[in-house]
Amino acid sequence: MLPIIDISGLRVEYRTQAIGQTHKLAVDGLDLQVMPGEVFGFLGPNGAGKTTTMNVLLGFVTPSGGTAKLFGTDVQQPIARQRIGYLPELTYYYKFLTAEEILRFYAKIFKIPKAEVEPRINQLLKLVELEHARKRVIKGYSKGMQQRVGLAQALINNPDLLILDEPTSGLDPIGRMKVREIIQRLKNEGKTVLFSSHELGEVETVCDRVAILHQGKLRVQGRVNDLLKEYQTNLEQIFLKIIGYQPSIAI
Amino acid sequence: MNVILAIANVVIKELYRRKDFYVLLVLTAVITILMASANIFNDDKVVGYLKETCLRLIWLSALVIAVGTAARQIPAEIEQRTIFPLLAKPVTRWQVILGKFVGCWLASGIAIVVFYAFLMVVSASHEHEWRLLNNFQCLWMEWMFLAIVISMVLLGSVVFAAPSSTLTITLVVVLGILLLGENLNLVAVHQAEPVRSLLYVVYFSIPQFSWFYLGDFVVHKIGSVEWLYIFLASLYSMAYSAFFLLTTWVCFRRKGLNK
Repeated sequence: MLPIIDISGLRVEYRTQAIGQTHKLAVDGLDLQVMPGEVFGFLGPNGAGKTTTMNVLLGFVTPSGGTAKLFGTDVQQPIARQRIGYLPELTYYYKFLTAEEILRFYAKIFKIPKAEVEPRINQLLKLVELEHARKRVIKGYSKGMQQRVGLAQALINNPDLLILDEPTSGLDPIGRMKVREIIQRLKNEGKTVLFSSHELGEVETVCDRVAILHQGKLRVQGRVNDLLKEYQTNLEQIFLKIIGYQPSIAI
Repeated sequence: MNVILAIANVVIKELYRRKDFYVLLVLTAVITILMASANIFNDDKVVGYLKETCLRLIWLSALVIAVGTAARQIPAEIEQRTIFPLLAKPVTRWQVILGKFVGCWLASGIAIVVFYAFLMVVSASHEHEWRLLNNFQCLWMEWMFLAIVISMVLLGSVVFAAPSSTLTITLVVVLGILLLGENLNLVAVHQAEPVRSLLYVVYFSIPQFSWFYLGDFVVHKIGSVEWLYIFLASLYSMAYSAFFLLTTWVCFRRKGLNK
């Protein structure tokens, strides 16, 4: 079986303006494969290189070295993004459009046949529970509602792979539960999900496999159950141990 | 083409949902109606003068709408980070640029159609003739002029940091070309080398915007313009627009999107 995400020797270097430093290595020789139907948790502290790796997968950033492929196609080819859905960390949508206009816009981008567009929009707005607000401009939405529009737009093309960058950040407990339910539902439908999150309890619940990145390097990769057995503790403790966190005694 | 039209559609929606667009539209419409309806002492010269002022006002308003709309398109996409979900779809940066161009061009086209409709109705009410051909040629040429301006502004918007600087610089450049561009060759004749050659280079490389103004044919009722001229001027506009759009793409292709 071919991996859906295939990253090999990925290296991303940025130019920096820091004194005495010209380049910063954001990702250093990353190898990662995500297989069809997996829910894969991409973990790491802030600045570990998670978002940079996702940006490479989405074609926003050109890698300095190595290769990254989606469905066997180089990520720099726009066609590689035909079968993916992406939910950014924060809601970045045209605030002057309504929820259904946003979905119609993205449906046009994916060239979804006209006859299928309206039923698909209705289905997605029902899924994210935004039917009542479909004709309101996004500017007036709460953060949770905006995040749910984001989830709906990520699903408009019925993607085989979903890339979710901290999908529950800033959501209330009900909102988080809702997102988790949707991820679980997608998993049951056989979709592949790659998501980054700082909510390690949530990752433990929904993910099949995880990878932990630190300072641009892959530290650990494996099945959640295997890691829990190996370390005999929860994912949060495993994470802290791997990144070398020392609790402050003074506190 | 679907992608380009979808992006263009969002640009048009944004324009008609912005309040500042309506302020300019209503203001220009009111001034046009007031001035064009004036028939002071039945003096043709005064009426003609007022009509010409109206046409210049339409030019300026359409120019401000086009520049104002185009200048903020790409910087706003980057600043508000709407570019990320967009480029995460099977969309290329070239399609984004073309979509923005088509959207701004169609939006300013709609604005000038409204302006000309006002002017024509008011003029026809006391001149008792529509002069459809003259007005259409005038409108078409203005639209072609705006194609060059919009593509130029889009280029400016990926080169300069902020929309406000793009807006100011491109307005100054366009007005500078409009006021001085056509006379640069005359100035060059009286200069010593190397200033003369330099001025000629500038003269032949800048788009000659004054060629697109056909207001005199409407005001002075001197018949219509040869279609060959309209055709060649349209080609000229398309060539310049294509050049500016390609240059925009070259600059935008590798541009970092993180602010």
